[in-house]
Amino acid sequence: MSEQTMESTRAAGHEPGEVLLEVDHVTLRFGGVVALNDVDFQIRRGEILGLIGPNGAGKTTCFNAMTGVYKPTSGEIRFTGKQISGRPSHQITAMGIARTFQNIRLFPEMSALENVMVGCDTRHKTSVLGALFRLYRVRPKEHELPDNGIKRAFAKVFGTSRHVLEERAGREKAMALLRFVGVADRAHELSRNLPYGYQRRLEIARAMATDPQLLCLDEPAAGFNPAEKEDLMDLIRQIRDRGLTVLLIEHDMKLVMGVTDRIVVLEFGTKIADGLPAEVARNPKVIAAYLGEPDDAASA
Amino acid sequence: MSDSGKGSDTAVASPKGLLGLPHLGLRDKWERGPIWMKLPVVLALVSFCFYLPFLNILPFAQVRTDLSAAGTDWSSVLFLIVVYMIVAVGLNVVIGLAGLLDLGYVGFYALGAYSVALFGSSSSPVTISLQEKFGFSEGWAVPFAACIPLAIAFALVAGVILGAPTLRLRGDYLAIVTMGFGEIIRIILRNATDITGGPKGVIGIPKPPGPVDADGRDFFNGLDVHRWYWLALIVLFLLMFLVRRLENSRVGRSWLAIREDEDAARIMGVNAFKFKLWAFAIGAMLGAIAGVLFASKQGVVEPNGFKLNLSFLFVAMVVIGGSGNMMGALFGAFLITYLPERFRFLDQWRPFGFGVALVAVMVLRPQGLIPNRRRARELEDRKAEAEEAAVDV
Amino acid sequence: MDFSSLIDQIGEHTANGLTKGAIYALVALGYTLVYGVLRLINFAHSEVFMVGTWAVLGVYTVLGATGGSGVGLVILATALAALAAVVASASTALIVERVAYRPLRKKNAPPLIFLITAIGCSLVLVELFGHVFRVFFGPPFGRALVSIPSLIDTEVWLDLGKTSITNMQIIVVVGAVVMMVALDTFVNKTRLGRGVRAVAQDPDTAALMGVNQDRVIMLVFILGGAMAGVAAILYTMNYDITKFDIGFLIGVKAFTAAVLGGIGNLRGALVGGLLLGVVEVYSSTLFSSNWEDVTAFVVLILVLMFRPTGILGESLGKARA
Ligand SMILES: Nc1ncnc2c1ncn2[C@@H]1O[C@H](COP(=O)(O)OP(=O)(O)OP(=O)(O)O)[C@@H](O)[C@H]1O
Ligand SMILES: [Mg+2]
Repeated sequence: MSEQTMESTRAAGHEPGEVLLEVDHVTLRFGGVVALNDVDFQIRRGEILGLIGPNGAGKTTCFNAMTGVYKPTSGEIRFTGKQISGRPSHQITAMGIARTFQNIRLFPEMSALENVMVGCDTRHKTSVLGALFRLYRVRPKEHELPDNGIKRAFAKVFGTSRHVLEERAGREKAMALLRFVGVADRAHELSRNLPYGYQRRLEIARAMATDPQLLCLDEPAAGFNPAEKEDLMDLIRQIRDRGLTVLLIEHDMKLVMGVTDRIVVLEFGTKIADGLPAEVARNPKVIAAYLGEPDDAASA
Repeated sequence: MSDSGKGSDTAVASPKGLLGLPHLGLRDKWERGPIWMKLPVVLALVSFCFYLPFLNILPFAQVRTDLSAAGTDWSSVLFLIVVYMIVAVGLNVVIGLAGLLDLGYVGFYALGAYSVALFGSSSSPVTISLQEKFGFSEGWAVPFAACIPLAIAFALVAGVILGAPTLRLRGDYLAIVTMGFGEIIRIILRNATDITGGPKGVIGIPKPPGPVDADGRDFFNGLDVHRWYWLALIVLFLLMFLVRRLENSRVGRSWLAIREDEDAARIMGVNAFKFKLWAFAIGAMLGAIAGVLFASKQGVVEPNGFKLNLSFLFVAMVVIGGSGNMMGALFGAFLITYLPERFRFLDQWRPFGFGVALVAVMVLRPQGLIPNRRRARELEDRKAEAEEAAVDV
Repeated sequence: MDFSSLIDQIGEHTANGLTKGAIYALVALGYTLVYGVLRLINFAHSEVFMVGTWAVLGVYTVLGATGGSGVGLVILATALAALAAVVASASTALIVERVAYRPLRKKNAPPLIFLITAIGCSLVLVELFGHVFRVFFGPPFGRALVSIPSLIDTEVWLDLGKTSITNMQIIVVVGAVVMMVALDTFVNKTRLGRGVRAVAQDPDTAALMGVNQDRVIMLVFILGGAMAGVAAILYTMNYDITKFDIGFLIGVKAFTAAVLGGIGNLRGALVGGLLLGVVEVYSSTLFSSNWEDVTAFVVLILVLMFRPTGILGESLGKARA
């Protein structure tokens, strides 16, 4: 990585973090289609990295490989130094990677709040026996005690079941996240009935509910008008300010240039550029890829 | 479902566009009502359930099934209804909540029935060989109380053995594999004569213990059938309470998420396999408990009582009532068990009528008779989408 | 375990198995076609087959054809019975589609609902022959096993020492394979068949390209029904019986065969059917015929565990690949 990258992140007010995620020479084939070809890049803690490229370049496939949907044909993906390729998705999520989907995939028959609570559940421990018998008691913290005198005394003596505490905490956290992304006013509506923009933001809230270190957004602004895109850029910055690292797939160049610290460009499954937004924008290969000119013309 | 408990942030969406489902408004009100208003209503309903065997006031007594000489004993019908309600509650966990199409549920029911038969009856091949092996007396058998955990354990093990390799399969395949399982259980019961008593089945199945009557009869006997019904009712209420607890917890949410979009659920951190296995195992246990009750009252079991048709009947109960909704499942179980008994005089026409009714209900009301509110809305939406799409083309 | 008798008579058993399997394969085609296009297990298909067997009986009865009839009548009766079986089965399939499935498709109902409706249809058809028709027309309708006259005497056509192969076995297997090839050619070579494959691959795109989805679906049900009709005539010629609930077990086996070969894949249905038939006959020799049905399911579970998409893989759309 170049000196300049470091400087730019510093300029944005963020210390350059250690490497959070390494995509190490990953190749992924579907039969004859090479969706990812020896792709190699890193994400540092605290940055907003853009992942761009023309349609079918392999961006979504890259997300899928990172979240355990597909196993790379060769190469490795490491998160905080630990190998993750080949692990089941829910373990990867528990380790701290969350994502949204390009084609919205909420749980349509669950309310917005419930959708987010599913995300919160990643950090919860209650399972069947705990929910059934509620025998696992924990001593609630002072602010978690009920106001009602009798209940309060009871909770002080016998503790509160972990199920109840988790359920309460999850609900509060989910509501807070819904407020954060601006969906709180329709928290109890079925997610399938929400307007498109709400659904997109709800996906972000649901992903954030898993308490990730790395948040991967797959075209979160698709179908947005300029004003909405502006809001989304703000939101992404706020997410970063909360200490999350963001990996962003986006086609809108203005948005990408405006919000990212660094950009990786894919074309036909191969990485063709990696650097500061300004550098990437000047890169002839990238220009060629977007204008659809043949490769040799660009390098000539 | 799980967001109805808290008053603070409950602003339930207006049930718009629900033509033809007028009772939904009432249900919303009910679910949001305070506990002191609900409690008396629930208590009254429960008491009424317990009173049902003695219902004799006209015109309400018309619901009884023993009005004519050819009728069936009313308490026995009530008992069977409740046993099938337990089945429906269990299968609703598997099909309605977790979205796993299990067509072999009768296998677990049979497993429960045969557990209590083989271990509890002093004349079954299993107890006889135990008697010989350990030198017990001839009348010895595993006590009824111990048969219940045995039955549950068997069902649990069977559920896990069946589920572990197959739950990774796609939905349709799961359907046929579970169907195969149901058939295999029955065939084993029929063929493994040395263990299961073969086609003739097992007799002398023990009854639950209880205080002896004044005239020296057991508490649970063939004459006071209403006591069996009460027992089953208590078991049903207990199980409903427990399943409700699961529905309103992380477990229930995970099931719904899996049913809605399994891949997305995984990526949101849901251990799909674990929760699917749990759903399967819980379903299996409930099926087995129902089987124990059934066999114990019946006193005899035979393999032909557990044909695959019964499995289809079970699925029909869940779906006709409204898949994913416990009340719907209960209602479905009630209809499918009660109507054939009430209309016994129709005799051989009943299966035909059942078939016609099944097709008619599903075609006219795909969301079930008491749909889950979510489900109802979804179906409305889907229909609208389909109509829009039709206009576009 | 009776290995020696299996090995000793291996040819005989294989021939029996293939005969049985050929019937499974023909019925399996109906499941596979419908599944390939609609992603739907048509549980009523077993009864489509059952109706076919009754049509055969009907033609024989009307013509008064029996085992002793002259050659002319036998040929006429057999041909007419085959035609009647095909027509009866195909129309039953079509009626089920129109009455039970189409309204649900228009409402975009989830798969579970289709399944229950299919079970309902199944019950209605079974009860029609098991009870309703008996009330109106009397026997042979009803719940008893009905024998169907065997017009052609069973003869040994091929005598290979220990193994003798009968004319019936040859007719059944050859008939099944010929129908298979015809269907495969139809789906792969004709315009209508292209429509079927297009809808199977991607219904929305096919609709945009001007393929009439409803017509394709009707066609698929007719084709599947017709194959079940052929299965019905071959079955009655070979086993000389029918019964109101004869469809259930054959249906379950045929569906197993379809999954075994790779559901949605026409050639898979043939492979799955034949394999299942042979395995069943072998196992009933090895253990006892009591365990025959268990083997079918055990084989299915094993195949699915190690090859989740069946032996030849899925997909009607990619049938040629
Ligand atoms: N499951 C799959 N099976 C076969 N090919 C696939 C699969 N998933 C993706 N591909 C192929 O891999 C390539 C990369 O697809 P991908 O979805 O990653 O592109 P993308 O960069 O996200 O494009 P877009 O901007 O359109 O979202 C495409 O050629 C696609 O057809
Ligand atoms: Mg993409």
